[in-house]
Amino acid sequence: MSERTDLLLEIADDELFLGWRDSEWTGIAPFLEEDVALSSIAQNEIGHARALYELAAAELGTTADELAFDRRPEEYRCTSLVQLRRLEWARTIARRWLYETADEIRLGALKASDDLEIAGIAAKMDREEAYHRIHAEMWVDRLLATGEGRTRLDEAVDELWPYALGVLDDELRPELRARVEARLQRTLADVEPVPRGVHEVELAELWEEMTSVRRSAPAGAGW
Amino acid sequence: MRATQLTEQDVWEALARVPDPEIPDISLVDLGVIKSATVEGRRVRIEFTPTFMGCPALERMRAEIAAAIEDAGGEPEIEVRLDDSWSTDKITPEGRDKLRAAGFAPPAPRPAGKLELVQLQRGFRCPYCGSTDTQLDNIFGPTPCRSIRYCNACRQPFEQFKTI
Repeated sequence: MSERTDLLLEIADDELFLGWRDSEWTGIAPFLEEDVALSSIAQNEIGHARALYELAAAELGTTADELAFDRRPEEYRCTSLVQLRRLEWARTIARRWLYETADEIRLGALKASDDLEIAGIAAKMDREEAYHRIHAEMWVDRLLATGEGRTRLDEAVDELWPYALGVLDDELRPELRARVEARLQRTLADVEPVPRGVHEVELAELWEEMTSVRRSAPAGAGW
Repeated sequence: MRATQLTEQDVWEALARVPDPEIPDISLVDLGVIKSATVEGRRVRIEFTPTFMGCPALERMRAEIAAAIEDAGGEPEIEVRLDDSWSTDKITPEGRDKLRAAGFAPPAPRPAGKLELVQLQRGFRCPYCGSTDTQLDNIFGPTPCRSIRYCNACRQPFEQFKTI
C-alpha cells in the first residue's frame, strides 16, 4: 500500500466513523433542529468517506464498499476520537468541534498538495465542512455563555483533548492547540496524544453493528 | 438511426430536459453540474460534478444523463469529477429564477473569504412574499444542499439552497 492510499484510508475511516457516530443522534437529539443537523452532518461525512474510498479503491483495485465494510476491525486506521461511543450532548459538541477544528487544519494542508486529485477533493470537502464548523462553533459559544454550559464543555474538552491531538500529525498539533485555546480563552494541559492506530473497545463494537447487514447477506448480493 | 450528425448543441438541449432528482423544477444544466460535453461521431463524453459529496441522487443523475444521451442517439461516456470546480455560483440565472418559483431562496454568492455564521443570518428574501424580514431557523435541512429559514412577514418557513 502506498503512502497515498494510507493517507486516503486514514481520512476516509475518520469520516466514516464520525459520520456513523453522528448518525446515532438521529431521532433522539435534544430537539428537532439538532436531529436534522446531526443527521445531515452524518450524511456529509459519509459522502466524504465514500469519495476518499473510491480514490483509494481505484489504486488498490477494489471498491469503496469493500474498503468501508469488508476489512477486519484491526485494519481500520481511524483516530480514537471518532471511535468513542455516543457521548452526552456537551461531549458530542466538544468532539464535533475538536474534530472539525483539526480537520480544517488537515484540509488546509491537503488543499496545498501537489497531488491535484487530493487537493481537489480536499477543497470540495472543505466547502461542506465550513457548515459543520459554523454549527460546532455556534454550540461552543452557546455553552460558554452560561456557567453550567462552560463547566460541562470544559470537562468534555479536557477529557477529549489527548484524543483530539491524535487526529493530526505532530507538526500540525500546535496550530490545533492555538485555535482551541483561543476560543476557550484558557490554556490546555500538556498531555500525551492518543496516537492513530490505537483501537478502542468501541471500535470493534461499532464494526459489529456497521457491517452486520453486509456480513449477513450472501456473497455477491446487490445493494 | 439519425440521418444527421449529433452536435454538441443537441446534447446540451437533451441535458437541459433532465430534471434534478431532488428539485425537479430545475434541470442539471440550470444547476451547472455538467462541466463539459464533447461529441465525437456517436460517442458523447460528459464531465459531471456532483453538488454535495454525500448526495444520494448522484447515481440517479448519472443514469438520467446516460438515458438522455441515448435518447438523442448518442453513446454516453460519463466521467464524475470530484474536484473543486462546482460551486453554487455555477447555478444559471434561469436556474435561480426557477428555484424562486418553486419556493426556494437561491443561494447567496460565495463570499471572498471564510464563510461565517453572520452571513447565514442575513435577511434573505422570502420566495413567497418577497419580504426580507426572515431568519435562519436551521443551517441544515432535509437534504445536504438546503437550509431552513422562516419568514416573519408571511409566517411561512422556506428553504434556501446553501452556498458552497
